[in-house]
Amino acid sequence: MNVKNLKEISNNIRAEVLKMTTNAKSGHPGGSLSMADILTVLYFDILNHDPKNPRLKQRDIFILSKGHCAPALYAALGLCGYFSKDEFRRLRKLGSVLQGHPDSTKTPGVEVSTGSLGNGLSVGCGIAASSKIDGNVRNIYVLLGDGECDEGQVWEAAMFASHYRLDNLIAIIDLNGYQVDGKTSDIMNIEPLNKKLEAFGWEVFEIDGHDIKSIASTFKIATGSKNGKSKAVIAKTIKGKGVSFMENENKYHGTPLKEDELSLALNELKER
Amino acid sequence: MDYISGRESYGRVLVEIGENEKIVVLDADVSKATKTSYFAKKYPERFFNVGIAEQNLLGVAAGLAVDGKIPVASTFAVFATCKALDQIRNVICKSNLNVKIVATHAGLTVGEDGASHQSVEDISIMRSIPNIVVIIPADGNEAANAIKQAVLNYVGPVYIRLSRFESPILTKEDDEFTIGKAKVIGRGSDLTIVSTGILLANAIKARDCLKQEGVSAALVNLPTIKPIDRDILLGYAKKTKAIITVEENTKIGGLYSAVSEVLSESFPVPIMSISINDKFGMSGSVEDLSKYYSLTEKDIVSKSLELIKLKERIYS
Ligand SMILES: Cc1ncc(C[n+]2csc(CCOP(=O)(O)OP(=O)(O)O)c2C)c(N)n1
Ligand SMILES: [Mg+2]
Repeated sequence: MNVKNLKEISNNIRAEVLKMTTNAKSGHPGGSLSMADILTVLYFDILNHDPKNPRLKQRDIFILSKGHCAPALYAALGLCGYFSKDEFRRLRKLGSVLQGHPDSTKTPGVEVSTGSLGNGLSVGCGIAASSKIDGNVRNIYVLLGDGECDEGQVWEAAMFASHYRLDNLIAIIDLNGYQVDGKTSDIMNIEPLNKKLEAFGWEVFEIDGHDIKSIASTFKIATGSKNGKSKAVIAKTIKGKGVSFMENENKYHGTPLKEDELSLALNELKER
Repeated sequence: MDYISGRESYGRVLVEIGENEKIVVLDADVSKATKTSYFAKKYPERFFNVGIAEQNLLGVAAGLAVDGKIPVASTFAVFATCKALDQIRNVICKSNLNVKIVATHAGLTVGEDGASHQSVEDISIMRSIPNIVVIIPADGNEAANAIKQAVLNYVGPVYIRLSRFESPILTKEDDEFTIGKAKVIGRGSDLTIVSTGILLANAIKARDCLKQEGVSAALVNLPTIKPIDRDILLGYAKKTKAIITVEENTKIGGLYSAVSEVLSESFPVPIMSISINDKFGMSGSVEDLSKYYSLTEKDIVSKSLELIKLKERIYS
């Protein structure tokens, strides 16, 4: 792992997210930036995958349960080589490979279609259980939003995972503190999240979701211990991370930058 | 012409009727998008944001209704009707609870968000559940009038389907809205266009085009799909002997089905459909999507001409 390299990649992901959402005049940049470092570590250091062979039998699986942050996933997949970067410009346009929310029938590298929040962890459980049946040694990663954890289904899945001892399942919670209507602490309090997950039988890791080194080492520890417990990585993040005027500014949850804001943002990213 | 979205009208009318202290509004973390945020600001003590938890949204609304409140619950149509369907069916409708479900972002006109957010089957789903009234307003004024009726003057479950899209204002602010009654927009003798929801704008344009081609089309706006206005449908079936239905919903189980159900057992005539043909939506601009899914006025015109030919063949 080369931290400097990964940092550069995560900056590129951020820049592509901002460019493609501004060009599409819609989309969700805020939560895409909060998860950019996590995605970078997964796709460029941790996941066993092959962009030239997306159906590789032994591959690790990544599910973006918070599907509205598709632009970050598309940026990562495009930079990995799952499809041409030219597709970025077609985001959200009629007939595009890149739909507003991830669509496994249209985009190479998207394993599971999402967009309706609350579904991803259950599907992850299913894939993890299937892998156990086959004796397939691989890991299943599911990235959830903190607002998304309001959904009851997340907790039904959490119970299933520990009941069936799915230690090949890693849930990552992008704890950026915001959902659509405001701060998660004001809209629907999910804390204490760590204690809830522990009470559900999960092994919990709490990390800084922008510290590339610690993200990577946490995933290595989490996947290394086959102790019958599912792993939850609570990643403390900043919504809009990387662009000063977007950080913790929730209007960028579902509103892209205007052209002049975009050039300011891209300059800032260059200097990071 | 003025434009307003159904959700914007909804937000404003809620504030207007909000002084009625029985009204309690609920939302699932999309109040800024459904516009229940206006009510939340004015009457915070009677507003509940349940977070991203649609099943709980409808369950809590049911409880408020059990205790005599008039709960008005909102989220996007796809999540209200698909995620929380058990709560709507087994808790609200089975006990005939006085819950108003006002769902926004219905139909393909959600646009760029794509298939996961485009509700194209909610009319079919909601219509199939006993006890619930299903209303699809054609514009902002009709939305406001329907909501007032449903909340203040009707007891029982109601589903109101609104859009995100800013559509033209076609009806009058002081038009009377009666649940279960359709409205004749224009008379005609060769065929009848029956439209529900915001596609009425396209239907009106199509009727004008048809007139120029020498075709006399009647136009009926049918906002309440359940209970359906049988009298108007039978009257126009007898008069024009050909019907074309127009809806922003899948062909299966929506307006086309509802009209067919009425006519096939009472006065069968050929019926054709402008609708979504058993497909999911996709990302795109509203304009591109209308063309791709054949929902434009041009599509209504060509389908109408096809229908006239079929009618001539049948009755010749
Ligand atoms: C079931 C469902 N309900 C509502 C929405 C609308 N919605 C899109 S994003 C969002 C907020 C998500 O918040 P969070 O999970 O914290 O994501 P992030 O902050 O990372 O963007 C909501 C309510 C949805 N996509 N799915
Ligand atoms: Mg969040």
